[in-house]
Amino acid sequence: MSDITELGVAELRDGIRTGKFSAREVADAFIVKVSQGKALNAFIVETPEHALAAAKAADEAIAKGEPLKPLSGVPLGMKDLFATKGVQTTAASHMLEGFKPVYESTVSQKLWDAGAGMLGKLNLDQFAMGSSNETSYFGNVISPWRRGGGDNAPLAPGGSSGGSSSAISARLVPGATGTDTGGSIRQPAAFTGIAGIKPTYGRCSRYGIVAFASSLDQAGPMARDVRDCAILLENMAGFDPKDSTSLNLPVPNWEEALSGDLTGKKIGIPAEYLIDGTPTEIAKLWEAGIAWVKDAGAEVIEVSLPHTKYALPTYYIIAPAEASSNLARYDGVRYGLRELADGQNLQDMYAATRAAGFGPEVQRRILIGTYVLSAGFYDAYFTKAQKVRTLIAQDFENAFSMCDLLLTPTAPSSAFALGEKSADPLAMYLNDVFTVPASLAGLPAMSVPAGLDAGGLPLGLQIIGRPLDEQGVLNAGLAIEQRAGFAARPEQWW
Amino acid sequence: MTESTYRIQGETGEWEVVIGLEVHAQVTSNAKLFSGAATAFGAEPNSQVSLIDAAMPGMLPTPNQECIRQAVRTGMAIGAVINKWSRFDRKNYFYADLPQGYQISQLFHPLVGEGQIDISLDDKDPEANVKTIGIERIHVEQDAGKLMHDQHPTRSYVDLNRAGVALMEIVSKPDMRSPQEAGAYLSKLRAILRYVGSCDGNMDQGSMRADVNVSVRKPGAEFGTRTETKNVNSVRFVMQTVEIEARRQVEVLEAGGKIVQETRLFDPDKGETRSMRSKEDAHDYRYFPDPDLLPLELDDAFLEECRASLPELPDAKRRRYEQELGLSAYNAATLTADADTARWFEALLAEGARIQKKGENEVARASANWLLSDLYGALNRLGKDLDTSPVSPEQGAELLALAADGTLSGPLAKQVFEIMLETGDAAGKIVEERGLKQTSDTGAIEAVIAEVLAKNPGQLEQYRGGKEALFGFFVGQTMKAMAGKANPAVVNELLKKALAG
Repeated sequence: MSDITELGVAELRDGIRTGKFSAREVADAFIVKVSQGKALNAFIVETPEHALAAAKAADEAIAKGEPLKPLSGVPLGMKDLFATKGVQTTAASHMLEGFKPVYESTVSQKLWDAGAGMLGKLNLDQFAMGSSNETSYFGNVISPWRRGGGDNAPLAPGGSSGGSSSAISARLVPGATGTDTGGSIRQPAAFTGIAGIKPTYGRCSRYGIVAFASSLDQAGPMARDVRDCAILLENMAGFDPKDSTSLNLPVPNWEEALSGDLTGKKIGIPAEYLIDGTPTEIAKLWEAGIAWVKDAGAEVIEVSLPHTKYALPTYYIIAPAEASSNLARYDGVRYGLRELADGQNLQDMYAATRAAGFGPEVQRRILIGTYVLSAGFYDAYFTKAQKVRTLIAQDFENAFSMCDLLLTPTAPSSAFALGEKSADPLAMYLNDVFTVPASLAGLPAMSVPAGLDAGGLPLGLQIIGRPLDEQGVLNAGLAIEQRAGFAARPEQWW
Repeated sequence: MTESTYRIQGETGEWEVVIGLEVHAQVTSNAKLFSGAATAFGAEPNSQVSLIDAAMPGMLPTPNQECIRQAVRTGMAIGAVINKWSRFDRKNYFYADLPQGYQISQLFHPLVGEGQIDISLDDKDPEANVKTIGIERIHVEQDAGKLMHDQHPTRSYVDLNRAGVALMEIVSKPDMRSPQEAGAYLSKLRAILRYVGSCDGNMDQGSMRADVNVSVRKPGAEFGTRTETKNVNSVRFVMQTVEIEARRQVEVLEAGGKIVQETRLFDPDKGETRSMRSKEDAHDYRYFPDPDLLPLELDDAFLEECRASLPELPDAKRRRYEQELGLSAYNAATLTADADTARWFEALLAEGARIQKKGENEVARASANWLLSDLYGALNRLGKDLDTSPVSPEQGAELLALAADGTLSGPLAKQVFEIMLETGDAAGKIVEERGLKQTSDTGAIEAVIAEVLAKNPGQLEQYRGGKEALFGFFVGQTMKAMAGKANPAVVNELLKKALAG
């Protein structure tokens, strides 16, 4: 039999169900892969025992003829931003190093309740702040991809869900959770040739996810294809009374309603997403995407989202503002790191703990956020940003009165080398230029792999939908996936 | 409405005091504002702390409907505007008793808007001197935890039991002009909160505390610069704070100084206020809308339910006692000043009317008099209050019924009441067992009278010689000989006959 780890979520689920292989065989195969993938530094903690326990439960259910759960025996990776009971949860920070929650996040609990197992906690940018996975306290995650032509420079897997993207594209896990505040699912998915969807804000509970920017944070799945994303999202989403911003709506059966037929759909192409400096190959890929959705039956129209150019500055005011407040709880008093020398007082402890516990990027964003909320600057920055956010949401509303979905590139470039942008925060922030608008508007959006650049690195296309129209987004993603025929994969060097 | 004439006599003439109060009232609720943790007073440190209160990573607040309901009911009780759309904001600052690093409060869009409270400045006649104090707003917010500095020589301990408990901040307008008005306002506010049941008003347990804003000015001049004295925890202390702080400000101003806008602390032991921090040191709280919480939107059904659940409030009750029950203004005011007293009185009244088969208005005066003089006198003596009274309203009603139907004379009733206080027994049982029943048996009374006359020939002679004032002496002797059990009316009648010879 071929290697089990070549299979995706749907195939694993179905294979276990039909007895093609046991859940134990699945867990063992991936556990070996994880242990062999250490060079990628995708995991902060490995939890083979968790995956094996889920496999055991699945195999026992099969032996007893009991009904299986939706994800029985499927092992997954868990971004280390989700609190996992008894398993170290760090947000990739020194601040929370060694922190083992006594509680489980709602999203991870839902996956375990659906029968999935956990292979480990995946590395990320510290507190999910970053676009390259270079801000983790536990070291950079390395993309399994390399540029062609003997260029072995380690590449960024994207961020902040870079452990997830790296592990999936290297086949260490069949799927993983991600979180997306301004593009943290979609951009790493695009960089590594996998699929990932950020659902409508409120679809997935934020309970137990270490908060970055509350009004933007959304959990979502990352996997090798659209179907797998649909399956995982079904088992992550749902109303949670423990999160006031969670949507009290039933979870649709997205997998069952998947269809690559876009007949009757209108797809808008926002002119403002063609920005200066976009590589021609990305523009060409976008053209190809337009042709594919037309081929799938959609009508393509041009639309305008006039406030797009303000989205990035708006995001980099609102997200740090919320973060500066959300991260105030890491103060050395109750849990996590405490730096307190003899004779020091409370103020000293705060300063020393937060200086040692937060990395430079996190500190930068706390400072920016504190600044934009401070007296005298609040109206000029925060209030204005809130207003622009409303205008951006209105842009989308206007566009969606003319079309059903939007098609754009996911990121303005393919993966860059580690270190290439880390000295220039603004260049780094520009990576989110296409993903941030949908985040500000709370819209469902996904990235699907669509092609390779000249260097042989993956490029993604983004589909943005109306609020709650994950189905439309997934279907358009499927149509592109079916036509793009993306079969490239990184050559194993690790 | 009467203008206050309270003035501070300074060297440069008279000064007027301007006072506004910000009262923090702990909402009566089994759970905290945004978590399910308990709120009981006096529990073991950190025994009532949820993961949310401790601000563990990834924890989220969810509003407790009961706390919102209580704040809305409070707003309705002071005739305030209820904002159907309000929102929570974060007030950011670092302190070890504040786990989140911010307090969830309402700055920009409070739950309750403008209202008012009428205060009475004349105890004898509550309607004679009434002043309306404006309420600016009521908003809902989280309390902080508590630092304990006396547990370890070099470290402070943190108790988070109170962290996250719901508070109402009730902000008055600067409408008060004397310590007496400030005291009356706080007492009245506390009475309303207790009637509504939204706060227990126990200032000694910290469930109600006031920030006192004071400024002084020459009568009729512009408002002066104010100071804010924090966390004053009794009505008396609030009145003292006003007096002391106003006097201090007058002295500063008359010495050519300026009042600094600052936060001060009241020290009851030294009888002074002290500066805590000035405006320059004030935190920049960086308020912004809490992104973890949706705006609070109230529907009509909820508001209707809140309104329907409001009890009769003190002013309405006082007027009803006067007009329908025929009580004196003073008695009506005293009985309604406090929800517990009114509740006790109404239980007494209801039971009295039931067992005497009379209207409440027919038994009201005797009930009020007995409660306010006999029962209060006894409780005072015993160091108890209505809550711990050894005599229940039902028992009191039985005693009053026995007095009303002539079974007990006034003195006998007092005697039975004393025994009730000691034993906790019912009045009827005491009368039965101890034979304390009043007698109207003419034969027995006549026999005793004959005995009394025989023992006191001198007084008898004087009486018959025209000194009729001695009648009372004979009544007393007869009653004494009968251990107070004789019906005084019968004794009077028979004595008159016997004395006439």
